[in-house]
Amino acid sequence: MISHQIDKETIYSYLEEVKDPEVPVLNVIDMGIVRDVVLRDDYLEIVITPTYSGCPAMDVISMNIRIMLSTLGFKKIKITQALSPAWTTDWMSEEAKRKLKNYGIAPPNPKQQVCNDKLFAADEAVQCPQCDSWHTHRVSEFGSTPCKALYACDDCKEPFDYFKCH
Amino acid sequence: MKNESANQLINYILHLADNALILGHRNSEWCGHGPVLEQDIAITNISLDLIGQARNFYQYAAKLINESSPDLPGKAEASEDSLAFLRDNREFKNCLLVEQPNGDWAKTILRQFLFSGYQFYLYQELQHSINQQLAAIAEKSLKEVTYHLRWSSEWVIRLGDGTAESQRRMINAIDELWMYTGELFSNTEYELSLIDLGIAFDSGGLQPPWEEKIKEIFAEATLPYPEKVFTQTGGKDGTHTEHLGYILADLQFMQRAYPGSEW
Repeated sequence: MISHQIDKETIYSYLEEVKDPEVPVLNVIDMGIVRDVVLRDDYLEIVITPTYSGCPAMDVISMNIRIMLSTLGFKKIKITQALSPAWTTDWMSEEAKRKLKNYGIAPPNPKQQVCNDKLFAADEAVQCPQCDSWHTHRVSEFGSTPCKALYACDDCKEPFDYFKCH
Repeated sequence: MKNESANQLINYILHLADNALILGHRNSEWCGHGPVLEQDIAITNISLDLIGQARNFYQYAAKLINESSPDLPGKAEASEDSLAFLRDNREFKNCLLVEQPNGDWAKTILRQFLFSGYQFYLYQELQHSINQQLAAIAEKSLKEVTYHLRWSSEWVIRLGDGTAESQRRMINAIDELWMYTGELFSNTEYELSLIDLGIAFDSGGLQPPWEEKIKEIFAEATLPYPEKVFTQTGGKDGTHTEHLGYILADLQFMQRAYPGSEW
C-alpha cells in the first residue's frame, strides 16, 4: 500500500495546502488547528481542534483535509475533534501572523486579552494592517466571523478586521 | 444501577445542550433586526458560540445514547440533529429563562447577562469534572462565555445608567425575568445523582458568586437589586412555559415536514 511508505512530514506538507475557507491566506497548520497526525495500522487519524465552538468552517475544513489526503492514497481517514486544551491564538505561527497582516487583517496580539474581563477595559493597541499606525479604535467586539473584531484606523481611516486574542 | 447513572448523565448533558441551543435560537431571531449593525453581528455571533456549544454536548449525548441502548433492527441512531430536531417539548430540559421571548433590546441584554453570568461560574466548575469530555467542552466554552459576560455587562450598565427611557426598560426587563433566575440554582434529580460522582456540581453553590456579580453590575448600572420573588421552576425537568412550543415549531419545522432533508 502506498500509504504505508508515507511519513508524517509528507502528510504535514500536504496539510499545508488545506486553507481556512474564511481566511484563505492561512492553512490549517498556520492556524494551529491540526493537533496531531497518527498513522494507524489500517487508517490515518488527524486530530483537529476548533477555533471557536461554533466555527462554521470546521466542517468544510474536515472535508478538505479528507480530499487532500486521499490524493496521497489514504483510503481510510478518521478525523477526530479534540477540545482540550482549548485552541488559542498563541498557537498561530509567526509566519501566519505575517500572512494575515499582508492580507489586511490585523494579527492577534500575543497577550491573552480575553483573560481581562474588566468592563470597558482600555483596548490594547492594535496596529492598522494598512498604514501601520497604532492610532486605531475598536468599533465592535464581534466581527464577520467569531474569531475577528471590527476596528478602524484613526489615521488612514480604513476599517479593518482584527483577529482577536483568544 | 450502572445503567441508571448512564441515563442521568445523558439527561444532564441534554440539559446543558438544550440551554445553549434554545438561547442560541432566541438570539438568532435578532438576525437582521439588531438596533445597530455592530450589535446585530454581536448577538448573532453569541448565537453561533452557543449553538456550537450545544453541538458539542449533543454529539456527546448521542454517542452515549447509542452506546447504552441495544441495537434493535430498524432503530434509528441518535445524532446531534435528531436530538435537536426530533424531540418534543416535554423532553427538552432547558431552564425557563432561556426560552423567554426576546422582548426589547433591554430584555434580550438582561437575559444574556443573567445567563452568561450563570454559565461563567458553571463552566468554571465543570472544567474540573472527572468526566473528561464535559470538562473539555466547559474549558473550551468558558473562553467564549467570558466574552459574552463582558459584552452583556457593559450593555446592562449602558442601558441602566443611560437615559430615563433605557432605565425604565431595564427595570421592566428585571421585573419580567427575575422570577426565572432561581431555577438556575435548583438541583434536579439527575444533577444530584452526579454530584457525588464528581461529574456535576451543586447548582446551589453557583448562586453566591452569581449574586455578587449581578449586584456589582446592577450597582454600576444604577439598577435596583430585586427583592426575593416566587421562583418559577420546571424547565430542567421538562415542564416549560408556553414559549418553548413556539420555538420548537419554528426550529423543527423543516425536519418535521421533510424528514431527513439535508442542505
